[in-house]
Amino acid sequence: MYTQALNTQDQAPSAASDPLADARFQARVDAEERIEPNDAMPEAYRRTLTRQIAQHAHSEIVGMLPEGNWITRAPSLKRKAALLAKVQDEGGHGAYLYAAAETLGTSREQMEEQLLSGAAKYSSIFNYPTLTWADIGIIGWLVDGAAIMNQIPLCRCSYGPYARAMVRVCKEESFHQRQGYEIMIALARGTPAQKQMAQEALDRWWWPVLMMFGPPDKDSQHTESAMRWKIKRFTNDELRQKFVDATVPQGHFLGLTFPDPALTFDAATQHWNYGEIDWAEFKRVVAGDGPCNRQRMKQMRAKHADNAWVREAATAFARKRRQRAEAMPIAAE
Amino acid sequence: MTDTPLFQYTLRLADTALVLGHRLSEWVGHSPVIEEDLAFGNMGLDLIGQARSLYSHAGEIEGKGRDEDALAYLRDAPDYRNILLVEQPNGNFAATMVRQFLYAAFAHPYFEALAHSKDKTLAAIAAKAVKEMAYHLRHSAEWTIRLGDGTDESHRRAQDALDELWPYTAEMFETDQVERALIEAGVAVDPSAVRATWDKTLDHVLSEATLVRPRDGYMQSGGRIGRHSEHLGHILSELQFVQRAYPGASW
Repeated sequence: MYTQALNTQDQAPSAASDPLADARFQARVDAEERIEPNDAMPEAYRRTLTRQIAQHAHSEIVGMLPEGNWITRAPSLKRKAALLAKVQDEGGHGAYLYAAAETLGTSREQMEEQLLSGAAKYSSIFNYPTLTWADIGIIGWLVDGAAIMNQIPLCRCSYGPYARAMVRVCKEESFHQRQGYEIMIALARGTPAQKQMAQEALDRWWWPVLMMFGPPDKDSQHTESAMRWKIKRFTNDELRQKFVDATVPQGHFLGLTFPDPALTFDAATQHWNYGEIDWAEFKRVVAGDGPCNRQRMKQMRAKHADNAWVREAATAFARKRRQRAEAMPIAAE
Repeated sequence: MTDTPLFQYTLRLADTALVLGHRLSEWVGHSPVIEEDLAFGNMGLDLIGQARSLYSHAGEIEGKGRDEDALAYLRDAPDYRNILLVEQPNGNFAATMVRQFLYAAFAHPYFEALAHSKDKTLAAIAAKAVKEMAYHLRHSAEWTIRLGDGTDESHRRAQDALDELWPYTAEMFETDQVERALIEAGVAVDPSAVRATWDKTLDHVLSEATLVRPRDGYMQSGGRIGRHSEHLGHILSELQFVQRAYPGASW
């Protein structure tokens, strides 16, 4: 899950805004009713949700690349099978999220087109490379961990199809997170080289993972309407803090050191305080200059272009089959 | 006794499943549509699962304490016993699907027969694999038909794949000294007994796909005695990299 870039405000004026209808809609949302595909909804709500769900789906699909990078090199058959199943789950999440977004009136093909043209975003975390096996542990433990923090509240999202998709996605994500942590435990209990591999991976991933929650609340303009519509239920900073509080003790249990000298436990608030996040890096990576942005998009476009003939064949075959079926009753006469 | 015919036979089955599973896993994230990523994931998982059970059984037969990972990760290519067909590169989607079809059309009836093996463990592994291979066969046959009878381009690619892979099909039906006694003892399956089923499946699917069954010319062989194509070494260099770079570590 990867709702990070979702704070981009939809600035398009809502053409046919009807104050009465909007008020009725808001009353339903306030009453915690689920909004379903055929229900009336403000255009801005539809647009915001379409973009959010599509971004979420794109993130699942692009996310298959950095993790898939280790399927053929997983260090044991058990790990290989688990990683293969995990990456397959991400593909499955992508498929149902696209289906959920389609209920809002945009086709999967249109959404894929937007991803390939660069018009749609995916979670920036996947613009970082997976360099060692420990990265697969870290992605499960931290990236999926952060995803779960973001997604659990989405199970109560006002839009029914999205909320229901999230229930299933969250179950699978928590399984992935446990698997990732278990990879980390094996490394932490392993040889000095394995411990070093684990530490080095944490050093690289910790800050980008904190960025997954999006810009600090003071800079996030989108939060207000998303909160009002009950698409979002916690602010970026609230979720980030929850994540840090849950994760730091897990890291210490592994004997790892977080790459943040300012990380301290505040006994008064019972929270872990953390240092300043490098928001310039965040903006740079979102804007396209992360280590792997170009590589990921190139892979996505290549797979689309190289396999166009397969999709054409499937379409042509389906057409032939339909024509044959239609011709049959006539032939029988 | 360590290097018994039963050990060799079980390794052949295990290596074939692992190498093909590994090949299919290379597609995940790179397929023409998401649904095919999921299908490759499923089929890859089935095959890797079969390999794991077979390796564990082989390790027990051998009795030297080698587990599934010791067998998969710490043998070099000449000790691998898979058939050549499954180590052939994925190529394009048609090449992968046709390879899968040629194998599944064989493996489905083969495991059906192996489910009656006198070796109870092999029989149990085969009984599970039959259900899996039924899906592999259905899925790959549907795609073979779709591609063969799709567009001119997909037809050409599917026919090319069939022609390219054909010389590797006869190895599936070979028997040798290692297997003969096991077949007589009712432990192994005589692959020639499933040949007729394979032929029938092929003729039916290829005709629907408007593809031409290639003529039997010279047939390649050698994988099951450790003489492989150049491709296997590269598969193993990826598969075994982490285990080899960090000897003795557990993961």
